[in-house]
Amino acid sequence: MKQAMIRLWDVTIAYDRHPAVQHLSGVFAPSSMTAITGPNGAGKSTLLKALIGELAPSSGSIERQALAPVEIAYLPQAAEIDRHFPMTVGDTVLLGAWRQSGAFGSVSTASAMEAHRALAVVGLADFERRSIGSLSAGQFQRVLFARLLLQNAKIILLDEPFTAIDARTMRDLLGLVQCWHREGRTVIAVLHDLDQVRAHFPETLLLAREMIAWGPTATTLVPPNLRRAQLMAEQWNEDTDLCGTRDRNAA
Amino acid sequence: MSVYQFVVAPFVDYGFLRRALVACFALGLGSGPIGVLLMLRRMSLMGDAMSHSVLPGAAIGFLVAGSLSLPAMGLGGLIAGLSVAVLSGFVSRSTPLREDASFASFYLASLALGVLIVSTRGSNIDLLHVLFGTILGIDATALYFIGGITSFTIAVLAVIYRPLVVECFDPGFLRAVAGRGSLYHFLFLFLVVLNLVAGFQALGTLMAVGLMMLPATVAQLWARTLPQMIAIATSTATASGFIGLIVSYHLGFASGPTIILMASLIYAASLLVGPSSAIRRALPRPRLAG
Repeated sequence: MKQAMIRLWDVTIAYDRHPAVQHLSGVFAPSSMTAITGPNGAGKSTLLKALIGELAPSSGSIERQALAPVEIAYLPQAAEIDRHFPMTVGDTVLLGAWRQSGAFGSVSTASAMEAHRALAVVGLADFERRSIGSLSAGQFQRVLFARLLLQNAKIILLDEPFTAIDARTMRDLLGLVQCWHREGRTVIAVLHDLDQVRAHFPETLLLAREMIAWGPTATTLVPPNLRRAQLMAEQWNEDTDLCGTRDRNAA
Repeated sequence: MSVYQFVVAPFVDYGFLRRALVACFALGLGSGPIGVLLMLRRMSLMGDAMSHSVLPGAAIGFLVAGSLSLPAMGLGGLIAGLSVAVLSGFVSRSTPLREDASFASFYLASLALGVLIVSTRGSNIDLLHVLFGTILGIDATALYFIGGITSFTIAVLAVIYRPLVVECFDPGFLRAVAGRGSLYHFLFLFLVVLNLVAGFQALGTLMAVGLMMLPATVAQLWARTLPQMIAIATSTATASGFIGLIVSYHLGFASGPTIILMASLIYAASLLVGPSSAIRRALPRPRLAG
């Protein structure tokens, strides 16, 4: 998995000429496990969207080392998915076989078996025929992780994967993420819970529109860096943050 | 009066009723799935807006052809509908206006323009035909036209079904794996306009969207999976066409509105007795008892 690396060269990403991420350079090394953290509006999700190629950088470049889109698995924020869509759990997981089925091809029996196993792994054995609308937020997140399992990608991008789910589901899913790390996949996750980052993620990118620090978690998440990120957030929130500063750790 | 006389005889006796029936079936087959997908994409009102925006194009086609010729008006309507879809998409991306607001402005403008064009040259009867359709006036050419659009719609839907569903359910995933969500969105809008144009002669610009949205809402009241929804929407649309034609024949009502009213009646009945109906919600739930 030597080539599963993403390199950023002075990347700036802007919405309507308002930069959301500025002058970011660095490398997500192969087989690394990185948390992206920072205040609200720091450009974390924006950065992920640029990494999958959905947003084009307005300057600088993102080098994906000839990785095909299917080599990168992406878990969007829960809010971006329509959970009331009339789909079954089985069909949702089978979307993970996109690499094999493509947009138009048929789904093989092997993929269906694989989906069955993936559901068992996330603790939802025999849920195939249930509709996703009947699941709890935690169960639904498990389904999305089963889909990630099926995607079998070299690089896995997770946007706030543990928001609004119970402790047990979080523990199970975090176990899966660590398993991917051990298998040598590159994992990049947007997270808010700093204790969780410290406990489980070797690398951290602290982002506040520009890079505050990027490196081993122990040297990144230190009080001076966190204060700087907070200060920058207060600067851009001046007009909107009427209730005083928010506690960033309470995610 | 026997059942045969009531249900079958009108279609045996009159060719125009047979053609109307076939047109209804074809429209239902195309509009059913399109309506369900429109609704799931939260574009129900967008369908309404698009159907109005077909009008000025159809009106210009009417002027050029000098008669109610479906191919000429259809082509005009298709161009107008697609332009409005593209323009309002463009406006909503480049201005602070949301897409529904820009759709509303475009369709009001095109409705006014369309009525103006028809009324300057045509008679009031022509205007009525354009607005409310003449399902009993459908000839063989129009039938081929509608059938062609339905076949095309079903074929395209079958091919792009998976990306289209994913684009609606989880757009981020589709963009990540395939990268071309907007292509499918545009293809879908194209199908919506095509089906509105097909429904145009039968039901008119004001009601063409009726055979799309009413069956779709009925389907949502009964079904839990997408294939079931599409099946229910399609059968609701075709059944409304069939019953509507019979009722309008026996009672001497205008056919187009009767068909749409039949769909509305099915909707009302589903609201009352369907599995997720208002009445069932008001009743005590069995699983909470004991």
